[in-house]
Amino acid sequence: MKVIGKARRRVDGRAKVTGQTRFADDLVLPRMLFCKLLRSPHPHATIVSVDAAAARRAPGVALVLTGDDFPIPYGIMPVSRDEHALCRGKVRHVGDPVAAVIAASEWQAAEALRLVQVGYEPLPSIDTPEDALVMGGTRIHEYAEERNIHRLVNLEFGDVEDAFAKQADRVFDDLFFYGGNTHLALEQHAAVAATDPDGRLTLWSSTQTPHYVHREVARALGLPAHRVRVIATPSGGGFGGKSDPFNHEIVVAKAALLTGRPVKVTLTREEVFYCHRGRHPVLMQLRTGVKADGTIVGMDLTTLLDGGAYGSYGPASTLYTGQLQTVTYHVPRYRFRACRTFTNKPACGPKRGHGTPQPRFAQEVQLDKIAVALGIDPADLRLKQLAPPHSVTANWLKLGTIGLAACIDQVVEGSGWRTRRGKLGPGRGLGLACSSYLCGAGVAIYWNEMPHSGVQLQLDRSGRVTAFCGATEIGQGSDDVLAAIVAEVLGIGAEDVKLVTGDTDLTPVDLGSYSSRVTLMMGNAAIQAAEKVRGMLASAAAAKLGVPVARLGFADRRVFDVEHPEVGVDFADAVVAAETRFGTIGAVGSYTPPRSPGSYRGAGVGPSAAYSYSAAVVEVEVDPVTGWITVPKVWIGHDIGRILNPVLARGQVEGGVYMGLGEALMEEQTFRRLPAGLSGALVHKIPSMLEYKSPTSLEMPEVVTYFVEDADPSGPFGAKEVGQGPLLPIMPAVANAVFDAVGVRVDEVPITPEKVVAALDNRARGKKPRVGPETFPEVPWPEALLVPPPWEGGDGSARNDPKRGAAARPSADAQALARISVATAARRESRP
Amino acid sequence: MVFEGYKTLLEVLREDLGLTGTKHGCELGECGACAVLKDGKPVLSCLVLGVECDRSDVTTVEGLAEGPELSALQAAFADLGAAQCGYCTPGILLTAKHLLDHTPRPTRDEIKEALSGNLCRCTGYLQIFEAVEAASAAVPLARPSSEGTPPDEVKPARATQQAMRARVR
Repeated sequence: MKVIGKARRRVDGRAKVTGQTRFADDLVLPRMLFCKLLRSPHPHATIVSVDAAAARRAPGVALVLTGDDFPIPYGIMPVSRDEHALCRGKVRHVGDPVAAVIAASEWQAAEALRLVQVGYEPLPSIDTPEDALVMGGTRIHEYAEERNIHRLVNLEFGDVEDAFAKQADRVFDDLFFYGGNTHLALEQHAAVAATDPDGRLTLWSSTQTPHYVHREVARALGLPAHRVRVIATPSGGGFGGKSDPFNHEIVVAKAALLTGRPVKVTLTREEVFYCHRGRHPVLMQLRTGVKADGTIVGMDLTTLLDGGAYGSYGPASTLYTGQLQTVTYHVPRYRFRACRTFTNKPACGPKRGHGTPQPRFAQEVQLDKIAVALGIDPADLRLKQLAPPHSVTANWLKLGTIGLAACIDQVVEGSGWRTRRGKLGPGRGLGLACSSYLCGAGVAIYWNEMPHSGVQLQLDRSGRVTAFCGATEIGQGSDDVLAAIVAEVLGIGAEDVKLVTGDTDLTPVDLGSYSSRVTLMMGNAAIQAAEKVRGMLASAAAAKLGVPVARLGFADRRVFDVEHPEVGVDFADAVVAAETRFGTIGAVGSYTPPRSPGSYRGAGVGPSAAYSYSAAVVEVEVDPVTGWITVPKVWIGHDIGRILNPVLARGQVEGGVYMGLGEALMEEQTFRRLPAGLSGALVHKIPSMLEYKSPTSLEMPEVVTYFVEDADPSGPFGAKEVGQGPLLPIMPAVANAVFDAVGVRVDEVPITPEKVVAALDNRARGKKPRVGPETFPEVPWPEALLVPPPWEGGDGSARNDPKRGAAARPSADAQALARISVATAARRESRP
Repeated sequence: MVFEGYKTLLEVLREDLGLTGTKHGCELGECGACAVLKDGKPVLSCLVLGVECDRSDVTTVEGLAEGPELSALQAAFADLGAAQCGYCTPGILLTAKHLLDHTPRPTRDEIKEALSGNLCRCTGYLQIFEAVEAASAAVPLARPSSEGTPPDEVKPARATQQAMRARVR
């Protein structure tokens, strides 16, 4: 390997350090207009009237748009297209956009916004999931399942109660709450739309998902999709926050079509907080049955999500609060119930780890409690029951390689866990937690059987290689991965590959930068395309050199005889030979994920071609008087399959640790009511970067990163994801470390000083030394779908789902996989 | 040049001078993305009026490279993963330049302190610290130290490789 695995400057590194990376707000076009949005001051209200006459007459104003201009709803998921670019009929949260002014300057647009008169009739507003469950008289969306319940899930993979009753020596039952937080990408969302001379529309936007934006902009504006071009500008941070199609994108697109002039919108930081789509607040009840030696016999998880005012990715988020709970450890029986509610707050959506950090926090903190209660080292408790590689889980996810044991061993060794845990003295402690994550969602957002990623290569006689792919650079190094993989296969340098990415007119579809899918999916598509091209170059070079194709090597910008390396041609000459022989040289590659063995309703969330694994030990110092938590050091091991670029891989791990510490200790997207005299509105508590606390350079601890490279057959060169997984063990590891330090449990995120003090206070007063939720509300669960696990005669479908019927018939693959899993389970049983 | 009196230095740079390398994250002085050097000192350009810069010497990210050559600081940032999305990078580069101009061999704590007003959401800061340290090692001191040892002449690429080897396991 000449490129893969080597520490290199990323291909876009120079642009980023010279200020030449062109973000969306850096674009300036001739005759460009500027857009500002008028937003609702009410959390829930009927729009009685909108009078824009005065605004239309204001200086510099070119256009004023209202909800009447946007009759077609849109939304990222086909099952919850519940948004209009500008509200029609009613507003559902403070910050919901009602009107847009497009003017010659941003200043004039802002001035004219004040002239738009909107008449509102306030409606009762819902601020908590608990209220959403019982308030049926006021409905935020009529399509909700009932009252203000957006989605309900009830899945049972084997009889958990039976396992608890007959096999478990102990059943641990805990409540946890994971607070909401937001992405806080440094770049505020921005978009520019313009029409070309043929009247076609181009939208530049700071989006992670240009393909989905393309679909939804075309849909919402009633345009044929081939008349719309979406270009993803390099994102100044995404973390999931730029994954939805946004109202401001659709507004400027419409405005550009109507005015015939380019139109730009850039959100203020406060508007970004109200855009949100961040981490769902989730209340969780987790019951886990274990044998006396700690072996898990069954798990029962119930989650309640505060979804905010719109669907967003909600149906997927809901399933993600449980579907990956079986991927880290072997869970023979599993019940998972989830409920997502609508509330009058900005919509929640995907943030790094999408739906998984919340239940992972619950699971990993509870495992720590189990270990303490049973007198087992928490590391050993985990090591003894890791999920078996290449098995199928109780909920029918097909696992790949699992390097978690090595991750645990590394962090245990590095941190001195065996000798230091519990012995660091008062106020100091160590906590351990593990996790697992997807390497790309196995099912697209909208149902189809087409590839998830396509790569096209074009070579010309100069020796230039151009790679076209819809993948989207959001800072994680998507472009660098594409260049590196093509370069490795063709024996050239990553910097030799010209990239055209994230442009729906020019590039083959890639679904976007979400679910940690780019490296695996785009990478495999790139290998396929590059190998086709390499084949053409090899046969032309073989003829020219008189060397058999099988003996040709590609490296150092040459094609040569591996037995006589001096016999060869320059790469550019090989392209000339190939173009002479075959005509213009190009090839395409694509990647479609394997079919998942599960076919029950809900089985579309969770499958992936491979899963990454992480383990972390966090050291904390807790001041027993103030509750202040300091983190001096973190050790983290990540099973990455294969490292493509060590600089970028470590950056993803450290960035994940950083973001995890922010979530664990301070970050909060919370809302408060204004006093009744001030409208009683439900407003963001702290919509500023100063007051939304996030770690600075001073809070960042030392981080020791260990990579476990156990190449996964599904990944390009064996690579798995690294963008999201390493965040997940951090929050529970912090909670477990706080317990080790001061002996109290904070079963909530964030773990703030006041909660630590409250828990210490509880202990001092003889109460339970804990802070966390005390009750879980009644939820009208539907009948459970009964899906037997592979080792209980299941076939991946629900036994009692009339809606699925014939479609639920399992594939031959599923049956074969079930046999593998039964065999694996049998082996586990027979182990001492 | 002529511009509206209410404009901040950030707006003048980006909108009137076309210097879009300087970024904005909040326009309230909270994030540090818009940091530039005014007469050699870091300022948040969103909190400075353009008219306050009459006869000032303002350095932005566009002024860091020496012709086509990246400065040692820029090269270290590009090589060592200090820029992921790159949005906070211009502000951090200028803040770090000010640090190195006055403290050529800063300790890790001095680097942390100097950069504590610049938020970065991607990197977790560690690769930024390492890049500043690598750039520091790459820049020869103006005078030999008192022990008479020669100035440090480690080339940026070499320094960055050493730093990388030390960190990547």
